[in-house]
Amino acid sequence: MTARDPLVAAAPPLKSGREPAPGMVEKRGRSLWLSHAVMILGVLIVFFPIWLAFVASTVTQSEIIRPPMPVWPGDQFFINYKNALFSGVNVPVATMLMNSLIMAIGIAVGKIIISLLSAFAIVYFRFPGKTIFFWLIFLTLMLPVEVRIVPTYEVVAGFGMLNSYSGLIFPLIASATATFLFRQFFMTIPDELAEAARVDGAGPMRFFWDILVPMSRTNVAALFVILFIYGWNQYLWPLLITTDPEMNTIVMGLKQMFPSGDDFAHWPTIMATSILAMIPPVIVVISMQKLFIRGLVDSEK
Amino acid sequence: MATVELDNIKKRFGGTQVIHGVSTAIEDGEFIVIVGPSGCGKSTLLRMVAGLESVSEGEVRIDGERVNEREPMARDIAMVFQNYALYPHMSVRQNMGYGLKIAGLPKSEIAAKVDEAAALLQLEPYLDRRPRELSGGQRQRVAMGRAIVREPKVFLFDEPLSNLDAKLRVQMRLEIRDLQNRLGITALYVTHDQVEAMTMADRMIVMNAGRAEQIGTPLEVYERPQTLFAAQFIGSPSMNVLDATMQDGVLHLGGATMPAPTTATGKVTVGLRPEHAIADPEGPLSLTVQMGEPLGANTLLHGRIGDGSEAFTISLPGVHHATAGERIAFRVLPENLHFFDPETGARID
Ligand SMILES: Nc1ncnc2c1ncn2[C@@H]1O[C@H](COP(=O)(O)OP(=O)(O)O)[C@@H](O)[C@H]1O
Ligand SMILES: [Mg+2]
Repeated sequence: MTARDPLVAAAPPLKSGREPAPGMVEKRGRSLWLSHAVMILGVLIVFFPIWLAFVASTVTQSEIIRPPMPVWPGDQFFINYKNALFSGVNVPVATMLMNSLIMAIGIAVGKIIISLLSAFAIVYFRFPGKTIFFWLIFLTLMLPVEVRIVPTYEVVAGFGMLNSYSGLIFPLIASATATFLFRQFFMTIPDELAEAARVDGAGPMRFFWDILVPMSRTNVAALFVILFIYGWNQYLWPLLITTDPEMNTIVMGLKQMFPSGDDFAHWPTIMATSILAMIPPVIVVISMQKLFIRGLVDSEK
Repeated sequence: MATVELDNIKKRFGGTQVIHGVSTAIEDGEFIVIVGPSGCGKSTLLRMVAGLESVSEGEVRIDGERVNEREPMARDIAMVFQNYALYPHMSVRQNMGYGLKIAGLPKSEIAAKVDEAAALLQLEPYLDRRPRELSGGQRQRVAMGRAIVREPKVFLFDEPLSNLDAKLRVQMRLEIRDLQNRLGITALYVTHDQVEAMTMADRMIVMNAGRAEQIGTPLEVYERPQTLFAAQFIGSPSMNVLDATMQDGVLHLGGATMPAPTTATGKVTVGLRPEHAIADPEGPLSLTVQMGEPLGANTLLHGRIGDGSEAFTISLPGVHHATAGERIAFRVLPENLHFFDPETGARID
C-alpha cells in the first residue's frame, strides 16, 4: 500500500522492448506464456491488498467490522471519499494532500536545482578545497534524515520554521545522491563540448543553462520521479515539526488517523485516504515514465 | 584575415614541460599544418593559440596584438574539434548560430548568416536535424559551418578528419582547403597524417616531442629535411636511414662506394628515399629482396641492403615481379642523398 508499489508495477514496460537472447528463441512460445503467467501472478499479489483497501473505502463501517470481509465494492464510494476529502478525521484530506504535494514538489525541485548546481561546480570548476567539498557532500550520503534529526530540529526551530512549508522542505533538500548522479553524468560529457561553448563565447552559467541542463533532461525526469516519491513518503520529519494539524502531510496524517488505545476508527475514511494518498505518486510515475522513456529512445537513435 | 605569431611558446603541465619553445610567424590567409606523431604536443600548441590552454612562457600574437590573457571568444578564432563537439540537443541551425546568438546578433541576421554558410557547405536540407541524425561527413560540415558563420580571424582545426573513412577524408581535405582559400581566412590545422600535411599545407610545422623540427613548405621539407626526424616522418614509405662513412669525398655505403656532394666527413647518417632508387644492373648498390608489395602504379621491395643486415626499402615504378632472395642492383642520384649528423640528427649539406 505504500507509494513504492506503483514504481514496481511501472518497471516491466521499461524492459519489455528487449529481444530475447538467441538461445531462447526456440523455447519462445512456452517461455513467453510462462513469463506472462509469473508476471500476472506477481501483479495480482501486489495488487490484492490495494484492491482490499479500495473495497473497504466503498462500504460502510459496519460492513467492514462484520466478518467475512467484503471483496467486492459497495455503494458508499462517493459518501466515503467526500467525507475523507472535506472532513477527514483530524483535518480534511484535501488539505493534507495539498501539503504533501507542496512538500514533495518542493523537495524534488529543490534537490534537483541544488544538485545540478553543485555537480556543475564540482565537475567544471577548479577551486581550493574542491576534493574536500566533494567528499563532504559524499559523506552526507551516510547520514540519513533520522541520524541528523535532532540538530536539524534545533536549527529549524531556531529559524522559526516549525509548522511551515520551508521547515518541511529545506532540511530535506541537500542531496548527495542526486549530486553524485549528475556528477557522473557531467563527467561523461566530452570536454570538447565545454570548450566549443567557450569558443562560442558562452560564459559558465550560459553553458550551464544552454547546454548542460537541456542535456540532463532525461536524468532530471527520472530523478524527479524518485525524489517526488521520496518527499511524498517522508514521515518522521513532518511528524516532528508540524504540530498544527493544518500543516499535516498525508503520510503522517494517515498514521494519525489510526486509533490510539480504545478509540474508535472509521475504517472507510482511513481506506479512502490511503487510496487518495497513492494517486499523486502514481500520476507522477505514469506521466514522467513517458517522458523519460522518450528521452532514452531519442538518445539511442 | 589576420597574421598569427608564436614567439618562443612554452607549456608546462605541473613539472613536465611539453612544449619547448616554438616560434613562427604565420601570414595572412596562410594555411599552416602542424604535423607530428601522437603525443608530440600539437593539440597543446593549437589550444594555446585558441586560448583553451594557458601559455606558460612566450607570447601569442594575433594581428600583432598579444592575446595570451584573452578568452577564446575575444581572440576572434573559431575551432573545429576532432569529435566535432556539436551540441547534441540543438538542431544544425542552432548549432551553427549559437555563437552569434551569444554575441547578441538579431535573429534575422543570424538566420541569414547560417543560411549562407549552409549553402556554402551544402547543408541546407539538414538544417533542422539533430547532430545524431547526420552522417560523420555531415557532422564534420556542421562543425565547419559553426566556424565559418563567425567570420573569425583564424580557423583552428584539431585533427578534424581523423574520424572519417579514407575516401571521405580525401574529399573533405580538398573541400576544407578550397573553402579556406575562398574565404581567405588564416588557418592552423593539426594532424598526425603526413599525407594530409603534404597535400593541404602552404607551410607545415613538423613537431617532435614538443619542438618544431622544421617549418617550411611541403616540398622544402620533402626535398631538404632539416633533421633526421623530419626526413623520416615526411614521405611514404619513409626514408631509409643507414650508417655510412665519408672519406676524401667518397661515400662508403652498404658495401659500395660512390662520390657524394657533401661537406660531411667521417661517420655520417645517410638518408635515401625509397622512390629515389633507380633499378640499374650496373648500379653500385643492391637489395636482397625479402618481400614485395605491388601497389599497382609502383612496387615496394623490402629487404636488406648489399650483404649487410640493415633493413631497406625501395620503390620501383610499375609492376615488378621479384622473388624472395633475389638481388636487385640499383643506383641513386647524388643529389638525392641526404646527410645527417649521427649525434644530433641535424642536416649536413
Ligand atoms: N591537461 C594535461 N595535463 C598534463 N599533461 C598533458 C595535458 N594535456 C596534454 N598533456 C601531455 O602533453 C603532451 C602532448 O599532448 P597533446 O598536445 O595532446 O599531443 P598531440 O595532440 O600531439 O597528440 C602529451 O604527453 C600529454 O600527455
Ligand atoms: Mg591531439
